[in-house]
Amino acid sequence: MVLYRVLSSSPNKPANALQSTLLNMQETIREPMVQDPTQFDVLVMPNLYGDILSDLCAGLIGGLGVTPSGNIGANGVAIFESVHGTAPDIAGKDLANPTALLLSAVMMLRHMGLHGHAKKIESACFDTIRDRKVLTKDLGGNSKCSEFTEAICQRMKDMD
Amino acid sequence: MAAHSAVLSASKIMNPFWVGRLGNTAKVFGTTLIRHRNKTSLTPPPAKYGGRHTVTLIPGDGIGPELLNHVREVFRFTCVPVDFEMVNVNSALETDDDMNNAITAIRRNGVALKGNIETKHTLPASVKSRNNVLRTSLDLYANVMHCQSLPGVQTRHKNIDIMIIRENTEGEYSSLEHESVSGVVESLKIITRNNSIRIADYAFKLARERGRRRVTAVHKANIMKLGDGLFLQCCREVASGYPDITFDSMIVDNTTMQLVSKPQQFDVMVMPNLYGNVVSNVCAGLVGGPGLVPGANYGRDYAVFETATRNTGKSIAEKNIANPTAMLLASCLMLDHLNLNDYASLIRNAVLTTMNETRLHTADLGGQGTTSEVVQSVMRVIQSKGQFTAEL
Repeated sequence: MVLYRVLSSSPNKPANALQSTLLNMQETIREPMVQDPTQFDVLVMPNLYGDILSDLCAGLIGGLGVTPSGNIGANGVAIFESVHGTAPDIAGKDLANPTALLLSAVMMLRHMGLHGHAKKIESACFDTIRDRKVLTKDLGGNSKCSEFTEAICQRMKDMD
Repeated sequence: MAAHSAVLSASKIMNPFWVGRLGNTAKVFGTTLIRHRNKTSLTPPPAKYGGRHTVTLIPGDGIGPELLNHVREVFRFTCVPVDFEMVNVNSALETDDDMNNAITAIRRNGVALKGNIETKHTLPASVKSRNNVLRTSLDLYANVMHCQSLPGVQTRHKNIDIMIIRENTEGEYSSLEHESVSGVVESLKIITRNNSIRIADYAFKLARERGRRRVTAVHKANIMKLGDGLFLQCCREVASGYPDITFDSMIVDNTTMQLVSKPQQFDVMVMPNLYGNVVSNVCAGLVGGPGLVPGANYGRDYAVFETATRNTGKSIAEKNIANPTAMLLASCLMLDHLNLNDYASLIRNAVLTTMNETRLHTADLGGQGTTSEVVQSVMRVIQSKGQFTAEL
């Protein structure tokens, strides 16, 4: 029932000056997470609380359409997946938002040590979303999945 | 109603020899009266002596004592016919004597107003959470929290009006844990048919009483198929007896996500203990924080009122910066329970009027007001209503 809040070091402190705080779950959920989630950096917790908190945080950042995740096991074995479900109602219609799965793939690249590629794809994806010209329906636009993907690819070509 | 209470109070002070005989009379009166009652109030208001109610007051730790002092101050000022019987509970002690005194006092008075009692992590695992012991001993099976957006408080989401009914006695808070193998701990989550039906029934009755249209059961039955599965099944059974109220269910992780993105979709929510803890805290955060929302714990025979999110607020204790709103509104809930509705409305309106004043907002709302300034303002508003009051 406790969460460890690990605060990253501030720019003025050396990189190894990490602080950790023991937090009762009540204090974490109620006050900070909903009112001021920016004070949190890394949270570690048991299974059920993780299930609840990860969906809560997904809701804070825009929903399951943009939330990536990874499952890491021993010896570096890992499976990366988006958090959302199968969405059978929009399957095969070129409507889905690929961001969640794309960012999960970026996490995978980082896990594999391919940081350069990861950074490039991530920046292209974020810039496309920030631009707001080509957005899928769940983010308020009416572009297709393929158009969104094409926009990201174009950005990456322009970066080279 | 009056006859029932009168008989009960008379039987309390009379010799036990007579109690049996009077008890039968009470049963005869009781059944007739209950049939005429169409409210959910499962707990009848306790007996009055000389027109004044006696309520147990448990200050608790952290900000509890100072906030409850303010409640007493406002009550004294408004001439509310309530006398407080204070019972202190020392959270540092390992013995149960303090708690037993408190429980006896609540059994005697029927109603209590309390601050949160700190559960020190350093005490051995065999020492249970005092607040939990109180709830289970008195069988306060329903924790009710009404989350409403307040007009004077700026929040990201507006127009929230959610009632959360949380099962208060079992579930993950059964305090049944063991470590058969070193390094491997097993915790038991208890879900019973009786308690699930009871809480679901309470939720639907309350929804009907308040004219609410929809009840949502929150669960994780896809994983805890037997435990939460039973809870969900019980809710469905009870729902079938209330065709005028829509019933649906939602998995707890999806619920928290929906709460932070579209909280207006929820009406009444019923759930087991731990999910209730999580959801009520999220909702408190949505409407402005822990300093604003009151909570109530109802059982068949007793009722205990406190702040909804049950914080001790150790870090802000005795600094005059705590928000007294939650505790004052909890005391209003208590007055409603005692059928002192006029006093309840008067104090509640004064508190909400004070909340509209941004310059009086305490630190948790982003202001710089002090607790005493808020309380003084509440009393001034009460005085301005022309009610007979004591001196400021």
